[in-house]
Amino acid sequence: MKTVIKSFTIAISAAVLLPVSAIAFEASPLSLAATKPVSSAEVTGSVPAKISVSNANVFNRLLKKIEDPNAAPADDGIHDIENEPTFALQPPKIAYKGLPTSEYGNHIDWVKALDDGLLDPRYDRVDPSIEPFVMDLDIVRPVKASVPDVVFPHKPHTQWLHCSNCHPKIFIPQRLANQINMSAIILGQKCGVCHGKVSFPPTTKSCKKCHSKPKPSDWTPPLSDATVKNPWR
Amino acid sequence: MKAKTERTAMWKFTLFGVLAWMGVLVAPEPAQAEYADVVMNNYADAAGMRPVVFPHWYHRIRFRCKVCHADLGFKFKAGGNKITMAKIIDGKFCGACHNGEVSWSVENCGLCHSGIPGTPTHISGSTVQRLVAPAYKILDKKKTVQDGYNK
Ligand code: HEC
Ligand code: HEC
Ligand code: HEC
Ligand code: HEC
Ligand code: HEC
Ligand code: HEC
Repeated sequence: MKTVIKSFTIAISAAVLLPVSAIAFEASPLSLAATKPVSSAEVTGSVPAKISVSNANVFNRLLKKIEDPNAAPADDGIHDIENEPTFALQPPKIAYKGLPTSEYGNHIDWVKALDDGLLDPRYDRVDPSIEPFVMDLDIVRPVKASVPDVVFPHKPHTQWLHCSNCHPKIFIPQRLANQINMSAIILGQKCGVCHGKVSFPPTTKSCKKCHSKPKPSDWTPPLSDATVKNPWR
Repeated sequence: MKAKTERTAMWKFTLFGVLAWMGVLVAPEPAQAEYADVVMNNYADAAGMRPVVFPHWYHRIRFRCKVCHADLGFKFKAGGNKITMAKIIDGKFCGACHNGEVSWSVENCGLCHSGIPGTPTHISGSTVQRLVAPAYKILDKKKTVQDGYNK
């Protein structure tokens, strides 16, 4: 009986993990198999059977946690282990030792790494002595919603990038001349051209990196029309 | 009789458990790859080469974005630069550095062509890819201006 429970737990945990792999294999035969132990009683119909509870009620139906965000190339699911040079590639963890950490993206705070002088990547392909052209100009973008206002700092951006990387293709260089909203960012436009792909991604723990200017203490969110006109209010 | 069915059931579950685990271990999980690794497979598979994996993290430790995305003209789009070996040996794209001068030379095919065959072109760990449900669309149509980029 103990083994039954044990293997059942394995089966259940596998069923929880399977959706992750099912992304890679939409029509994975295994994801079909995962529902079998429950439905087989219904199909044969021979045993009047206990009422079976849906096995859909797992604790996290949708949450996918990344077990190892800095996996070595051979374990990361995109490098081929049949390819010998894969094992000559550097595992990120070795390179990241000593760098300030964060809780998202590469799990490295790249801005702090530069500011603390821990990294000094070249600004030129061959000449390590060329200094970046850094501009310290903050642009405040008031946000209608309750989250803090957005401060766009030119400084960390110009430490890494060139003006032409953003101007004029992604942003017209004029305060508030650009329409930006969160939906566009999440879909990979505006700030999302980089944030969510290479630079730190928008996620619960990073919102305040951009939304960094708190609202005045007496600020309240505007009421929606439906509430203002609500006859039962 | 009862003991027997239980034993069969036990075997079934054990077998299922083992198979399911093997499936989990064998199946590739793209979400685990290092954030911002780019897989390029416009042509590689078709030419019988493994797809290319470009590690952003490794390069940004050594170069600022400006070097590649301004000086060398890499566009901000996975697969969007239509890189080929002909361009590389002419000193463009990866070939601006992987020439035996700035970095190791191009004959080390397997260091770049290290991806699992069949992997599509993409950037790993992107927000859009990791969403649990499709992104919301803003209600105010005037604000939906997804103008310009990426089109
Ligand atoms: C990462 C992208 C990015 C980079 C790189 C960048 N900018 Fe900007 N820039 C912005 C954004 C975003 C705004 C604000 C636009 C808005 O509010 O609609 C802005 C605004 C400006 C403005 C308008 C300021 C005002 O008060 O109206 C100027 C001028 C400007 N940038 C110049 C530069 C110069 C010069 C560089 C290079 C040294 C540079 N930018 C690099 C994103 C960038
Ligand atoms: C890369 C920077 C960045 C990050 C990270 C970010 N935001 Fe935003 N957010 C913006 C900008 C820019 C705007 C547009 C502000 C404006 O109207 O000018 C915005 C607007 C918003 C708005 C107003 C409604 C809208 O769609 O325009 C809300 C709400 C919001 N963000 C919530 C969040 C939450 C929640 C997070 C964390 C998951 C987050 N933001 C992370 C930059 C960011
Ligand atoms: C062209 C690429 C690009 C675009 C577009 C871009 N960023 Fe960034 N941003 C970066 C990079 C690179 C960094 C350095 C940190 C990193 O890579 O995670 C950075 C860092 C930042 C930081 C500093 C975080 C810190 O640790 O201090 C903030 C804030 C920020 N971005 C906000 C924005 C906002 C808001 C927008 C849109 C208005 C935007 N960025 C658009 C590339 C970009
Ligand atoms: C510095 C990295 C790098 C190295 C080293 C490299 N390649 Fe490539 N190769 C690429 C990239 C990037 C592509 C474009 C991938 C795509 O989109 O399919 C490519 C594409 C190809 C293609 C398909 C496109 C074409 O040009 O016909 C072939 C075939 C190929 N490589 C063979 C080789 C061989 C053989 C070697 C070793 C002599 C090699 N590559 C070494 C980066 C590299
Ligand atoms: C050594 C060169 C190099 C450096 C340095 C570099 N990149 Fe890239 N970047 C690439 C290549 C190569 C691609 C993929 C292009 C392709 O597939 O055609 C890419 C793609 C991108 C994309 C497009 C992703 C997508 O799928 O839409 C973004 C955004 C990006 N890089 C941002 C950055 C930022 C921000 C930095 C600095 C922190 C940076 N890159 C540093 C070479 C580089
Ligand atoms: C701006 C110069 C530059 C460009 C452009 C560039 N690389 Fe590199 N790359 C380097 C340097 C420098 C190294 C480190 C070389 C060494 O260790 O000797 C490196 C190392 C690598 C590595 C090995 C990482 C490891 O784990 O050791 C790979 C893979 C790689 N590059 C792929 C590419 C591909 C693919 C492209 C084109 C899409 C590209 N690189 C473009 C400079 C560049």
